[in-house]
Amino acid sequence: MKKIPVEISQINAKERINNFGEVVLGYTEKEAEEEALRCLQCKNPSCISGCPVGIDIKKFIFQITQKDYRGAYFTIRQKNNFPSICGRVCPAEYQCRKSCILTKKGLPFASDEAINIHFLERFIGDYGIKNNLEVSQNKGNRFSVSGIKVAVVGSGPAGLCCAGELAREGIKVVVFEGLHKLGGVLRYGIPAFRLPRDILDFEINYLEKLGVEFVLNCIIGKTKTLEELFKEGFSAVFLGLGAGTPSFLGIPGENLCNIYSANEFLTRLNLMSAYEFPQAHTPINVGRHMLVIGGGNTAMDAARAALRLQRINGLPLDTTIVYRRTEVEMPARRLEIEHARQEGIKFEFLVKPTAFLGDEAGKVKKMVALRCKLGEPDASGRPRPIEIEGSDFQIDADVVIVAIGLKANRILTDVTPDLKIDKYGDVMVDKQTQETSIKNVFAGGDIVGGEGTVIEAMGMAKRAAQAIVERFLKQ
Amino acid sequence: MKLIHKEILSQDKDAKIIKITVLSPEIAQKVKPGQFVVLMVAERGERIPLTVVERNLEEGTITLIFQEVGLTTRLLGQLNVGASLFALVGPLGHPTEIKKYGKIILIGGGVGIAEIYPVAQAFKEAGNYIETIIGSRTQALLILEKELRGVSDVLYVTTDDGSYGRKGFTTDVLEELLRKEKFDLVYAVGPIPMMKKVSFLTKEFGVKTIVSLNAIMLDGTGMCGCCRVEIGAKTQFSCVDGPEFDGHLVDWDGLAKRNSIYTEQEKHICKLLIK
Repeated sequence: MKKIPVEISQINAKERINNFGEVVLGYTEKEAEEEALRCLQCKNPSCISGCPVGIDIKKFIFQITQKDYRGAYFTIRQKNNFPSICGRVCPAEYQCRKSCILTKKGLPFASDEAINIHFLERFIGDYGIKNNLEVSQNKGNRFSVSGIKVAVVGSGPAGLCCAGELAREGIKVVVFEGLHKLGGVLRYGIPAFRLPRDILDFEINYLEKLGVEFVLNCIIGKTKTLEELFKEGFSAVFLGLGAGTPSFLGIPGENLCNIYSANEFLTRLNLMSAYEFPQAHTPINVGRHMLVIGGGNTAMDAARAALRLQRINGLPLDTTIVYRRTEVEMPARRLEIEHARQEGIKFEFLVKPTAFLGDEAGKVKKMVALRCKLGEPDASGRPRPIEIEGSDFQIDADVVIVAIGLKANRILTDVTPDLKIDKYGDVMVDKQTQETSIKNVFAGGDIVGGEGTVIEAMGMAKRAAQAIVERFLKQ
Repeated sequence: MKLIHKEILSQDKDAKIIKITVLSPEIAQKVKPGQFVVLMVAERGERIPLTVVERNLEEGTITLIFQEVGLTTRLLGQLNVGASLFALVGPLGHPTEIKKYGKIILIGGGVGIAEIYPVAQAFKEAGNYIETIIGSRTQALLILEKELRGVSDVLYVTTDDGSYGRKGFTTDVLEELLRKEKFDLVYAVGPIPMMKKVSFLTKEFGVKTIVSLNAIMLDGTGMCGCCRVEIGAKTQFSCVDGPEFDGHLVDWDGLAKRNSIYTEQEKHICKLLIK
C-alpha cells in the first residue's frame, strides 16, 4: 500500500483566478486506481458510519481496484443520487474521511493520510455521466401504472433527489421552482469553480428524461398554496424549500451601500452572471478592499469569487476573510480554505466586526472591529470568541460580504398555519418518514433543522421518497 | 408571459410611460392591490419588480405600468404585443390592508400614480371617502387622471411646470388639505423625495401614513436582502416584509442611497446597449 495519498490535479492558482472555471480536475483512471489501492479494506469499515447516507464506501473502492467502475457507480447510487455533485461539494474531511481508519484519533477533521474518498466518488460519478450509466437504467414511462402524482417544492439538492427517487418508482413528479432556473443553492449559491454548470445541467436533464416535469417561476405559498396543489390532484407534496433568508450581523452601518449578504453576492454572480456585465445586465460592485465575514464554505466561495472579480476588472488583489475564531474552528472545507489561501486571499482571525463606517454617499469605507481571544467552548462545542477590551481597530473596506449563515424563509410557512415549525422557523418532521404536521406533506433539506450539507439534504429526501412510495404504491 | 396589449400612456422628449397587459392566469387569480411581480425581459436580463396595476380574471391577464428609466425598463418598452417575457413570478409582497379607515388621502407622483390606482379602487369599494392628489413633471406625463377621477370623491392634479392643473407639488395640496380638516389615512407612492416630504407633513399632523417602497430587488422572495431598509431602526426586507411600510418610520435617506448603488453601471450599460 502507498502511504502517500494520490494528489489531485488542479489548475494553478495564478491561472484559475482569471475565470470561474473548475479548479479541481479530478483523478485519471490510473490515479483513481492507485488511490483506491491505498484503502485497507477494513473488516469493519468505520468510514461508512461517517457518511450521512451510509454509502458502502469499502465496496465501491474495492470495485475501483477491480476496474469495475460501472459496479462502483451503482454501489454509490444505491445511497447517493448525485455522486458527481457530492464528490465535489461534500465536506468529506468532516464525514467519511474523518472516520477513515487512517485519520489520527482526536483530530477535528481528517488527516491528510485518510483515503480521498470524495475524489474517488467524483471519479466514479463523472464516469457515470460520461457513459450515461444512469440513463441506461431508465425503465421507461410507467406513470400510467401508478396514477400517482407528487409535487416537489424547490429544485435544490433535496428536491432534485426526491424527484428522481419517485420518478424511478413510476410516480409522476412535478417540481415547482420559484426562480427562473433550476438547481436551487447548487445554481445560485455554489460557484462554477467548485461545481461546473454542465454537471448540474446533466443531472437535471436526466430527471427530465425520467419524465420529471419542471415548473419555473412558481412560488408555492404565493403563486399557489399547498391546498391548491392537493386540489390539482397531487397525492403528496415534498417541501425542499431550502434555508433561504440571509442573517446579518445587526451592527451599526450594516445597511450602507456595497454591503452584501453572501446570498445576494453569489446570486448576482452565479444565477445572474453579473461577472459578464454588461453582456449580462445584472450589475455587481467590485471593490479595491473586499472583506468577507464568516468562516464557512459560503464565505470561502464569496471570497474566491470576489478575488476573481478583482482580477477580471484589473484591480490589485485585495480580498480578506474576517473570522471571529481561528482557522481550526472554521466550518469550511479544508480544501476551500487551502484554495482560498493559494489564490491570495488574506485571513484575519479572531476579529469581530462592531460597526461599518461610510462616506457621504452612503458607501461603506471602513469596518470597525475588535480583536478576540478564544475562551471556553460554547453550545456549538467550539471555543467561544471573547472580545479583548480596547482592541478596536479599523480596516479599509469598500465592498463587504456578510456570510454568517441563513435562516428559514417563511413565505410558505407564514401562509400555512397548519405546518408546524420550530422556534427557528424550520419545518418540523417525523424523523422516520420526514412527514410534516400536515398529512402527505413531507419535507427535507435545509428547511428541516437548518443549514446542512448537500448529502444530508439528499438523505432526508430519500427517506421522504421511501415513505411516499410505501404509502401510495405498496398498499 | 405573453404581451396581450401595449399602450404608450404618456411621453415627452425625456420620458415615456408605458402600459402592458401580460397573460398570466395564475398571478391574475391571486394578486391583490399593493402586490408586485418580478420579471425578466431576456435570459441575460435583470430581475426587476413592478407593481400590478390591474387584473382581468376572465382573460387571465395582469396590467403593468412603467416608466422607461434604465436598461431593463427600456428593453421592456421595446417588447411588442405577441412577444413573451423571459420570466414572470408573483404575486409578491404583502397586499395592502383594505378596510374602512374613513377619510383617506391618496397621493401619486409620476409613475407612482399607477400604483395608487388599484389601492384607490379597493379603498373606495371598502366604503372610504377618498381625496386623491396626483402630480407629474408636466402635463404630457400625467397618467390615469380619468381612472382616478372615477374612484375618487375629489381629485387634485399638480404639475411641476404648471402646464396642467395646479403649478407645484402634490405635497403643497396635501399640506393645505391637512390644515383644513382631519384625515384618517394617507397612502403615498412616488419618488423618494415626495414620499419623504409626505411622511414629514403627515407626522406633523399626526395622520397614519402608508408608503410603498421601490427598493432595488433581486429575487423578490427574501433570499438576498438587497432591498433591505431601516424601518424604525429595524432592518426589514422590502420584498417580504413590505413593500408597504409606515412612512413615519422609514429611513428615507438610507433608502435613497441604497437605490443609487448601481447608478454608474446603469448609465454605462444604457449608453452601450441602447441606440
